[in-house]
Amino acid sequence: MKMKNKIITAVVLIMALFVLLLALERILPPSSMLFVVLKKGAIYALVAVSMNLLNGFTGLFSLGQAGFMLIGAYTYAILTIPMEARGMVYQYFDGGIVPLALPVILAIPLAGLVTAIFAYLIGLPVLRLKSDYLAIATLGFAEIIRAILQWDKLGPITNGSNLLKLYPVFTSVIFPFAVTGVCIAIIVLLINSSYGRAFKAIREDETAAEAMGINLAHHKQLSFTISSFFAGIGGALLAMYQTTVQASAFRATMTYEILLIVVIGGIGSVTGSCISSFLFIACSEWWLRFLDNTIFIGNFQVPLLGPGFRKVVFSVIVMIIVLFYSRGIMGTKELSLEGLYQFLRKRSEKKKKGDVPA
Amino acid sequence: MGFFQTNLPYILAGISVGGQYALIAIGYTLVYGILRLINFAHGDIFMTAGFMMVYLSASLPLWLSIPLVILLTVLLGFLVERIAYKPLRKAPRMSIMISAIGVSYLIQNCAWYVTSGLAKQFPVIPWISDSVTVFSATTKVVTILTPVFTLGLVAALVLLIRHTKIGMAMRAVSRDFETSQLMGIKINSVISTTFIIGSFLAAVGSILYFTNYTTVTPTAGSMPGLKAFVAAVFGGIGSIPGAVLGAFLIGICENIIKGLGWTTFSDAFTFALLIVILIARPTGLFGEKSMDKV
Repeated sequence: MKMKNKIITAVVLIMALFVLLLALERILPPSSMLFVVLKKGAIYALVAVSMNLLNGFTGLFSLGQAGFMLIGAYTYAILTIPMEARGMVYQYFDGGIVPLALPVILAIPLAGLVTAIFAYLIGLPVLRLKSDYLAIATLGFAEIIRAILQWDKLGPITNGSNLLKLYPVFTSVIFPFAVTGVCIAIIVLLINSSYGRAFKAIREDETAAEAMGINLAHHKQLSFTISSFFAGIGGALLAMYQTTVQASAFRATMTYEILLIVVIGGIGSVTGSCISSFLFIACSEWWLRFLDNTIFIGNFQVPLLGPGFRKVVFSVIVMIIVLFYSRGIMGTKELSLEGLYQFLRKRSEKKKKGDVPA
Repeated sequence: MGFFQTNLPYILAGISVGGQYALIAIGYTLVYGILRLINFAHGDIFMTAGFMMVYLSASLPLWLSIPLVILLTVLLGFLVERIAYKPLRKAPRMSIMISAIGVSYLIQNCAWYVTSGLAKQFPVIPWISDSVTVFSATTKVVTILTPVFTLGLVAALVLLIRHTKIGMAMRAVSRDFETSQLMGIKINSVISTTFIIGSFLAAVGSILYFTNYTTVTPTAGSMPGLKAFVAAVFGGIGSIPGAVLGAFLIGICENIIKGLGWTTFSDAFTFALLIVILIARPTGLFGEKSMDKV
């Protein structure tokens, strides 16, 4: 009965969220910064959770996320550019050689699938490495992917180093939320399954996990491939959000940003990653924007403010979190209704006893 | 001979850039040998040295600004270690690496803020920026000077590590962190010395590198940094001669690849090399057999 109640509450809450989003879209002008934050935040949440699956839950320190997003983004774009627009997009390559344009609904899972296939192949050699060597090797592969996709000889498929554009995009904030929601739900189910427990065992102690009969190579490969699958979908969403996509934008810095989101949210917490990706995007795109403008109070010009100052403040905050709050917002805990309820109840009980001054 | 003739400019450029990578790679290899940390911020310290040179030489004469740049870079390296790595000495290895990534992010953003993201022209240093002709290939003096300079500095460093007390302490700490602490070695000062040496070499490398490439941008440090790290891994991390050899090899190969018209792949080649090395011979060329790389 209790389980049933939980499911009902969850469904109601999700419905309420979507109704709220729909209402917001009706009320606010479409140019509002809130929508930028919501769209980009949802996409980054998906990518951050997929990275967390690997780094936080399986303990594999991988820095290949930008590369996998790139594969996803390109796969999506290449497969969905309408036939009539191909001549324009592939103007230097005679309209390209891809003979079909798929509907969005097919292309997104395919983007994930193609990414997962590449990840599987990359994982075969790379996953034998440990900690920092794995990190640097995956970073290396991300760079190699970027170089290959910019290669002229592949131009008829990838358009060389030119932009890919004119593919179908989304305008409503509902779309990225729905896709991200479904994907994160699948990841959470996976984490709570016996596979998820095996991943956590590998994170805690590889030798002990192996002694308990967990096939290390198999499970690492699984985690790596699944994580990349969702990174690929995230990449496809990012391509849709940006409306154009170019390989040169997917640099190591992008991976670093996603890693920092995971760290801020708490390594090993799905809800933490979601919260922090919205916070991260809100801070960097919206709330700290004022730091980039010169402000006058009367005749006094506030010192230091100017283009780029936002990023400096932001990275100082990130450093403070990394150094002093290394557990991040959530640590390894998850935000749940029950936990919130318990927390509030304890607090009110304490208040009654007079332990907490209001 | 024909091959040699046509590729000579690339080989020369490769040797030169290889020497510059070598100077950065030593910083990586020393730090990794002691802290087991990939100091992701090292490439950015290298870049910062370039910017300092740009700004200082605008108002100061060269004979003053060059030592000052080196001094400030050393100070920066020292401070980064003290502020961002020292508090995490007991923390898991992953967090200190994340901290390094955070520092790299911070330095790049600061550089972007100071320069507004514009590429800055590196000052022309007389004599070493002059043109010179070697076997019918025209190049800058710095191209010839770099390998000589690099080898000289490396020789000095090797002497320092073999024959001085601090060198002995560094060797001891890189062999066994905890035991050397028990033997009364002041770990913190050894680590600081390592960062100081690394930053010093990065500053020298930076001046040579940017004399060749002439513009500095906030992200100019990340690629050379990663390549230098690959060089360090290639040579066997912790080994100075290995890092130098790896750096020259990477520099030369990269430029020959550019010469063959595969410029897109010159960066990718470095990483492909890294992956092949890690899988085939994880200890690198001269690396000691050690515990848990694979």
